[in-house]
Amino acid sequence: MAEEAHSEGGLVFHPMDQFIVKPLFGDGPVEWYTPTNVTLWMALAVVCAIALFVMGTRGRAIVPSRVQSVAELAYGFIYKMVEDICGHDGVKYFPKIFTLFVFIIFTNYLGLLPMSFTPTSHIAVTAVLGFGVFFAVTILGFVKHGAHFLGLFWMSDAPLILRPIIAVIEVISYFVRPVSHSIRLAGNIMAGHAVIKVFAGFAAIAAISPVSVLAIVAIYGLEVLVAFIQAYVFTILTCVYLKDALHPGH
Amino acid sequence: MATESTAADIAQCVNEHGSAIGMPQLCADWMPNQIFWLIVALAVIYFVLSRIALPRIGGVLAERKGTITNDLTAAEELKAKAVEAEKAYQDALARARAEAAKIVAEARADIQKDLDAATAKADAEIAAKAAESEKRIGEIRAGALEAVTEVAKDTAKELVAALGGKADARSVTAAVTARLKG
Repeated sequence: MAEEAHSEGGLVFHPMDQFIVKPLFGDGPVEWYTPTNVTLWMALAVVCAIALFVMGTRGRAIVPSRVQSVAELAYGFIYKMVEDICGHDGVKYFPKIFTLFVFIIFTNYLGLLPMSFTPTSHIAVTAVLGFGVFFAVTILGFVKHGAHFLGLFWMSDAPLILRPIIAVIEVISYFVRPVSHSIRLAGNIMAGHAVIKVFAGFAAIAAISPVSVLAIVAIYGLEVLVAFIQAYVFTILTCVYLKDALHPGH
Repeated sequence: MATESTAADIAQCVNEHGSAIGMPQLCADWMPNQIFWLIVALAVIYFVLSRIALPRIGGVLAERKGTITNDLTAAEELKAKAVEAEKAYQDALARARAEAAKIVAEARADIQKDLDAATAKADAEIAAKAAESEKRIGEIRAGALEAVTEVAKDTAKELVAALGGKADARSVTAAVTARLKG
């Protein structure tokens, strides 16, 4: 796609260039330890998280400041989600789920800044998150319930003939979970950013540039929504998977 | 295209112009780097949140809830106290009213007694005075009748004498007495 654009010469589309991983210093190869733009934008997310949740709550005020009330709102939002979905014994895992939410929402929103890089648009990042959740939840389920955890796939309230068929479907859907979980996040973020870049490429033509700018504004607004919704969806699905591990009976 | 780019991925993910070849997301060269830094970032966020931020926010929320509950309890207590005070006030008011009514009744009874006594005394005095006056009037009336008889007799005697008649006193008196009775 990029090569075709080069050969045309007039309109230049490089919608995927924004996802390139570059070393921050020098021009060497990207080793696993090299500080890259991935490092920079993840570090900024960490800084924002610390600013909001540590600096913002420094006052420990009974009547909160603005920043503290935002931090409390986020805390209450995810805490209630975990408690509602996983029940009372799921609250133990609240810090881990909250970490996921905070990381995703901050990288998503920082990625919406112009010229920025979005780590959550990379399947490598979201796959680690998705498969991490998958393995953690599966291991937790077997540790907590042993072989009873397999009852998750055995619908005891379905007709006996259907049960093996349902069990096969359930097993397949269970193993597809981490794939859909991670591709949903990366795909949404990547698609939105790429679409904005494509519209930006059209802005080079004077006649359609106003339409193009309006479209960028509209897509950007949509992306602001998507950035939150995808963080929310990732978190709520993590809670649902955790609930299956804690209470495998349907 | 996907198969082409995966083949090229191993060698390089960027062409000579610095543009991406295929999807940078599928470039295997960059994945270890992303995974490494992701784990570092998650570890830092998890450490900071679980050690510092979340206990702090949880503490603040619990403290606020406690404060609100305490305040509500205190308000409830104060309300109960206010109700009690109002009841005490109403009781005191009712008692004072009953007391006042009693005092008024007593005073009225006292006054009535005094009044009755005074009335009785006055009645007795009036009755005595009236009896005395009656007696005096009776005396005066009797005196006046006698005087009239006397005057009539004398006048009749003088008249008879003046007219040249000669009459004895006794017959004149008898005649006058008869006329007066008349």
